[in-house]
Amino acid sequence: MTLEILEPGLSTTVQDRGRFGHYNVGIPQGGSMDQLSAEIVNALVGNSAEEAVLECTYLGPKFRTSAAAVIAVGGAPVEVKVNGATAPQWEAIELAAGDEVSFGFLQGGTRYYVAVRGGIDVPLVLGSRSTYALGALGGYQGRKLAAGDEVPVGDTASGEVLAGIAPELRPAFPGETEIRVLLGLYDHRLTESGLATLLDSTWTLTPVADRTGLRYSGPAVEWKAREQPFGAGSDPSNIVDAGYAVGSIQIPGGSEPIVLHRDAVSGGGYAMVATVISADMDQLARSAPGTKTRFVAVTMEEAVAARAEGKALRRSIWG
Amino acid sequence: MSNILSASSLKGTARYTWGGDEFLFVEISEAMSLAANFKSNSMATRLGDRALAGVTEICPANASLLVRFDPDVLDAAELEAATREIEVEVDNTAHPVLNTRLIEVPVWYDDPYTRETGARFRSGHQRPEGTDLDFAAEVNNLSGADEFIRRHHSSPWLVSMVGFVAGLPFMFQMVPREQQLEVPKYLSPRTDTPPLTVGHGGCFACIYSVRGAGGYQMFGIAAAPIFDPAQSLADFKDFMVFFKPGDIVKFRPVDEGEYKSIKDQVEAGTFVYKQVPVTFDLAEALDDPESYNTKLLENLNDS
Repeated sequence: MTLEILEPGLSTTVQDRGRFGHYNVGIPQGGSMDQLSAEIVNALVGNSAEEAVLECTYLGPKFRTSAAAVIAVGGAPVEVKVNGATAPQWEAIELAAGDEVSFGFLQGGTRYYVAVRGGIDVPLVLGSRSTYALGALGGYQGRKLAAGDEVPVGDTASGEVLAGIAPELRPAFPGETEIRVLLGLYDHRLTESGLATLLDSTWTLTPVADRTGLRYSGPAVEWKAREQPFGAGSDPSNIVDAGYAVGSIQIPGGSEPIVLHRDAVSGGGYAMVATVISADMDQLARSAPGTKTRFVAVTMEEAVAARAEGKALRRSIWG
Repeated sequence: MSNILSASSLKGTARYTWGGDEFLFVEISEAMSLAANFKSNSMATRLGDRALAGVTEICPANASLLVRFDPDVLDAAELEAATREIEVEVDNTAHPVLNTRLIEVPVWYDDPYTRETGARFRSGHQRPEGTDLDFAAEVNNLSGADEFIRRHHSSPWLVSMVGFVAGLPFMFQMVPREQQLEVPKYLSPRTDTPPLTVGHGGCFACIYSVRGAGGYQMFGIAAAPIFDPAQSLADFKDFMVFFKPGDIVKFRPVDEGEYKSIKDQVEAGTFVYKQVPVTFDLAEALDDPESYNTKLLENLNDS
């Protein structure tokens, strides 16, 4: 069974939980930006959490099924259409062979996910089906989908199709958000007022936001002046090129902080001053340009506790 | 040798900090040096050897080490304690050596592809007239591009980090600091760089592994692939990325004819890199770099 892509949408890629163990040579983890939404749609169609889904960005694809199928759509709010008629989000949808699925405009957020019972069945590359487009690796021929592609779907699923998902488990896509961060890495290179600016300001997500990272506009952030160490580059925000933590925040030249996300470049020469905690990476990914964002400092203990809460929530999805 | 940190001056100096709840970051030194890179790589190797449950990524970088872990499996404090133990072990190694390989990398310097790309991004460059090579020669007080090229390929380079994007090697020149080629990055990054461009920013050389943005000055183009997701060449049979941290690179200048002949071999699937196993001895390399490099590079002639 395949999905025949009639229109590819803006950037539709195959993603799963990610590709780990190769960040040391610059291959990022990848995977669905909003892991929780992807996990919920997998659960709805009776897939395991490991199955690959389609990640649709802003403008979704139009596709036709080659055989009967069960799909579910979740993530950013969007109108789902089957043969032109509205179908629900966050519920399993039964399709007949030849049905056409398309999408309306997003009503918030950035990305939504389409799970198909059986999972998107592209080959595993380095243990994952996720698309790393820059490296032309994984996913469907290493790239975003194009018209005419025939995306293979697996023919086995381990679980039952779910009747639905409790509304309180569905992620929200607010225009204002608080993202928890752990200060560290090179935060000591900011002045006291620079650090206060980072934590006390409301930042606005710019349109420069993709799978690699998200750039925010707001006030200038002051770095301490220093005589730069050998090999570090001339600006006070420069360091000798180092590994970048996924979720870390860099502020090149003291303006427009960048938060790295799942397709992060693995290293570079900009000092990082804080890192988004793992529990809030999905929420960060749900931000649309214009989202008002505050970075709230928490402790390691609070980060670990938030992570445990996220795990408990996921367990409740799988029953 | 002057201005280069010795291994002993880095004892116990690493700074430990956290990148959220999943990353431990160990800054070996604020400044780049062979010794700092050696310590980062040695710690990475030993941490890998311990095979701690919950450690998911070990990423040695130029003068730092990034470790990813699963806090559900491994407590942050335990990971820090283990890494600190390893730092002490590495600091106390009497005679640090690295078993690695020396690789010859053919480069067509000052080639028309690089010239064309440079010309496209000339406005806004530090030196709008001429080429990146002319600029690099000037800021290093060398007689011209030819002299810069000669200096670029006459000494070995240590792959001090692989990353940024898939398979991109950062390389550090194995010469005393006062002889190191240093060139500022572009004032504003290019939106395009051809794959296999040989670049330079600050004290680091690189080879771009994929097409994309870039801020390093451009000197030439490597003839053979360094990242091959299709794994079609013999050198990529085991893994799609060619370079590993700790590799030692010797650039070999080639002309248009040889560049094209290598391209043909790549096309035919017969190209293999010339490489030999070597043991890199940090103390010897720091003590008398010139004789050490001469001896090291002789390995390529014998092979």
